Amino acid sequence: MGEFKRVYLDNAATTMKKPPCVTEAVVAALESFGNSGRDTGSSAMDASRVIYEARCLMARLFHMDNPKQIVFTSNSTEAINLALRGLLKTGDHVISSMMEHNAVLRPIYDLEEEGITHTFIGLDEKGRLLYDEIEKNICDNTRALVFTHASNVTGNANDLYRLGEIAKKHGLLFIVDASQTAGVLPIDMEGMHIDVLAFTGHKGLYGPQGTGGMAVREGLLIKPVKSGGTGVLSYLHHQPDEMPTHLECGTMNGHGLAGLRASVSWLLDEIGVEAVHSHEIKLAKRFYDGIRDIPCLHFYGDYDTDERAAIVSLNIADYDSSEVSDELEASYGISTRPGAHCAPLLHEAMGTVEQGAVRFAFSWFNTEEETDYAIRALRELAEGE
Amino acid sequence: MRQKQEKLITTFHTTADALACEKVCKEKQIEGRIIPVPRQLSSGCGLAWACEPSNEATFSEFLKNNKVEYDAMQVILF
Repeated sequence: MGEFKRVYLDNAATTMKKPPCVTEAVVAALESFGNSGRDTGSSAMDASRVIYEARCLMARLFHMDNPKQIVFTSNSTEAINLALRGLLKTGDHVISSMMEHNAVLRPIYDLEEEGITHTFIGLDEKGRLLYDEIEKNICDNTRALVFTHASNVTGNANDLYRLGEIAKKHGLLFIVDASQTAGVLPIDMEGMHIDVLAFTGHKGLYGPQGTGGMAVREGLLIKPVKSGGTGVLSYLHHQPDEMPTHLECGTMNGHGLAGLRASVSWLLDEIGVEAVHSHEIKLAKRFYDGIRDIPCLHFYGDYDTDERAAIVSLNIADYDSSEVSDELEASYGISTRPGAHCAPLLHEAMGTVEQGAVRFAFSWFNTEEETDYAIRALRELAEGE
Repeated sequence: MRQKQEKLITTFHTTADALACEKVCKEKQIEGRIIPVPRQLSSGCGLAWACEPSNEATFSEFLKNNKVEYDAMQVILF
């Protein structure tokens, strides 16, 4: 191709490029923050205020009234673990899907040892959830529906309104993994009847790694898995019942949350969630349309809708996805992710357990020029296959 | 050491509640500030809100109207 660029298209793993305000906020926090909630000195109060503002912004993003129902964790995996392990009891049954990431699957497998059973709903040929199978699998002891909002492999998004209605109709908890969608697709906790929504800060929210959390429906009490220092009620033997302290202990990631506060503020007040998704999905479609005619390519996912994450996953003929990804990086400077993507059941459903898939994921900071460069690279690699 | 003055002290169950109080007070230009919880109100730790003592009922109503949860309110010398 005669040119070599650096193009980052692994945004479903983490958005590498962040708005400048995030870096500035983290650096300022590193230089000034005390420990949130631990004293009333100006440095500690700076940390406390910024973390509280971050809660307010997250609540706004998910259309919640009460910022105290936002709990910060280190990522969505931790949030999902806290929710599943803190809500489910021996004898319960959960319904989840073959779309899920190991962040959901592994806790569910672990809970088998505590007598908690599960059913994983299957997918159609484009990797879409078989909604009609859900109600057929609800039993007397079914306690929760646990679904991802969008697959990290195919980008396919689930209809949270539809799933929430099923949960409401049957009196089930509705737990959502929004790792790929927070900040990208609209999420309405109340309208979608969501009980717990797990989010991560470093993908579509453009914040630092090590930030994340969960939004919890008001009134839902999750048994804490962790306990420790909270800065309040020091002589109480157990973790206080009040949210968010009930599920937060130890020193908060104040420096990271300062970055998250800045990024979500940027997202909500400067750019807008709809504008971000519109830009990303436009690039993903441009990429897909630029390569869809190449005969040796196999695509995974439903590309007939815009209600999806900006992900295009594919394979070239029967080439190992790792080899393709490595060639894209080595010869073209294009970063993608190959392999199994921590979603084993989805790869089983797609028939890509051995081959994996090469994932291209777009962000607000990618451009049409970069997209066209990736199209040309892929055309060259696929040529003659 | 400074001379003690009467203050209306509001205590909270969580740090987030104290921050919510500070935020609405700032927005409505109500004077006061965050202080460490005085030991005569709680032997634990945490943040409290201190303001002038003349307006307890009004301030309580104000917090309720702004959905700020608090634990207790008391006028003490601080």
